Amino acid sequence: MSAPQTETSLSPIIVKVENLSKTFGNLKAVDNVGLEIREGEIFGFLGPNGAGKTTTINMLTTLLKPTSGNATVCGYDIFKQANEVRRNVGVVPQEYTADEDMTGINYILLCADLYGLPRSDSKPHSEELLELVGLQDAANRKIGTYSGGMRRRLELASGLINYPKLLFLDEPTLGLDVQTRTAVWTYIKMLKEDYHMTLFMTTHYLEEADSLCDRIAIIDHGHIIKTGTPEELKESIGGDIIVVGVKEQDPDISSDIAKIALVKEVKKTGNTYRIKAESGEEASPRITDLIEAKGLHVTKVSLTKPTLDEAYLELTGRNLREEEVDKMQMFRQRVTMNRARS
Amino acid sequence: MKAVGKTESEEAQSEGSTVQEKKTKVQAAEDRRSRPAPRLNKSPIHGLWALTLRDLRKWYTNPIQLFVALIQPVIWLGLFGKALNFGSFIAGSGLTPAQQDQILISFFGTTSYFSFLACGVLAFIVLFTSAFSGMSVVFDRRFGFLNKALSTPVARGSIVMGKIFQSVGRSLIQAAIILILAVLLGMDTAHFSVLGIAGAFVVIFLMGIGLSALFTMLALRSGDWQTQMAIINLLNLPLLFASNALFPLKIMPTWLQDVVKVNPVSYANDATRQLLLGTPGMVGLPVDFAVLIGFAAILSAVGIVLSWRFLSK
Repeated sequence: MSAPQTETSLSPIIVKVENLSKTFGNLKAVDNVGLEIREGEIFGFLGPNGAGKTTTINMLTTLLKPTSGNATVCGYDIFKQANEVRRNVGVVPQEYTADEDMTGINYILLCADLYGLPRSDSKPHSEELLELVGLQDAANRKIGTYSGGMRRRLELASGLINYPKLLFLDEPTLGLDVQTRTAVWTYIKMLKEDYHMTLFMTTHYLEEADSLCDRIAIIDHGHIIKTGTPEELKESIGGDIIVVGVKEQDPDISSDIAKIALVKEVKKTGNTYRIKAESGEEASPRITDLIEAKGLHVTKVSLTKPTLDEAYLELTGRNLREEEVDKMQMFRQRVTMNRARS
Repeated sequence: MKAVGKTESEEAQSEGSTVQEKKTKVQAAEDRRSRPAPRLNKSPIHGLWALTLRDLRKWYTNPIQLFVALIQPVIWLGLFGKALNFGSFIAGSGLTPAQQDQILISFFGTTSYFSFLACGVLAFIVLFTSAFSGMSVVFDRRFGFLNKALSTPVARGSIVMGKIFQSVGRSLIQAAIILILAVLLGMDTAHFSVLGIAGAFVVIFLMGIGLSALFTMLALRSGDWQTQMAIINLLNLPLLFASNALFPLKIMPTWLQDVVKVNPVSYANDATRQLLLGTPGMVGLPVDFAVLIGFAAILSAVGIVLSWRFLSK
């Protein structure tokens, strides 16, 4: 996962979104969104509830018609060539859509039929996919007997039945325990690395986005606030925080520290300097050198890298959201959570 | 149910094996890429049968559903057909049997009210089965399967037609069972013929299509099952009572007769009675069939058109 942005920045564009908007009545759910996703990358879509993530995914997967704007997915227009888009992408919705009274294999075969895959292909392929997600032994069991983790993996497998170039994952780990979540991450990485697929995922879990995604877009109130690699987003909030301890009686040399190239902000309180710097690893030795050079003593140094959580909260605000949410969406989310935990 | 206990340990096992098997999976991925892309069936009705079967499977794998669905029509046969039989009212009137038969024939077209009603109960079962065809759209929407299906290239019209055909399938089988039960309970079989019975099932098929299309299209936009239940209740009884299913047209007030004559259910009853009992009809069989074919064709066409508009918002 080293240097992810150079790895895919030259590959062709697979999703291109321009000024995409969707209005429901008076509500602008998605407002002038623009995006470019390149082949082979894992693109994360983050945002608070009701920010427009699912609406955007639903437009890109042709479930919703945009109010205005354009988007092409796999080279096809989402409006004019909807069926071509559908044939080329896989969708793993937030919900557990599989019928509980079906067996795992029958559900995947049903999905294959909906794509128009001939049985001669879909039979071996569905077995292959169940094996891929470790469900081969449960293939002939009713889905109602599956655990939440198994159901999530089944949904993942069913999203892959049509050999998609691009897979949409809406909250793939919602409500899952740590073990299953880690397993889902493994599959996602495998799809990118071994199958060279492009993945577009939404998530609420920032550590998930941080460890999986090559690039992230943060959306709020229907607008994209920021797009970039996880590192870029973290740096955007002002960089690393270096805390340097000195002796109480030493003179204040804040203004000198502030002159160091990477340092952005210095505050001294009591016997500690709190310094914001762009690249903490490089800045901290320079700071300690400077303090030592002035003949003063450094008692302790600590370096904190900003987390994506902080970047996210900085960009979307810390206020709790109490917006009106779609009743249906809330119902589905409750069902999903209940099933994930069963 | 013993499978439930196995779930967790099996899951842990398969979790561990995924890493070990990674190598073979990479191999599988390579194999998959080198394989030629399968030829997709792009016909506009691909997936229709799969969707129909999905819903039918839910029904036939759950025999309790079938059993419960048959109880009500059987009660109707027993209660209206036997206990509240019009024939028994006239039997106590002091008229001679010949006069009694004459009266019955003039009202019902047959001497057996039970047989008259049995044809009505066939319509009843189609009506009540079709009424719930919309419910499965509501539940598919609520639980997300509808979105899953919409994200595939399956025709939107096939999603609607799948719902209609599954409901028609249920109607045909339930009607067959009810017809057999009715015969066992004493339905008049003197006029039965292979052609007549086949014709009656064509009638049931056509009425099933029309009524299921009606109830399915009413559910296309809704994700709320309470509303759907209210709609079913609102439409079911008028469609049944404002038809000739239970009582003949002749004993109705004229205003009701006018309503009955625009109710497609009446034409289905009229046709099945002519085909199975040899009664003189309200209108001729060709008219009955023309009305039913028109009803089925127009409503399913409207259903398909509405599906383009309302399934994706």
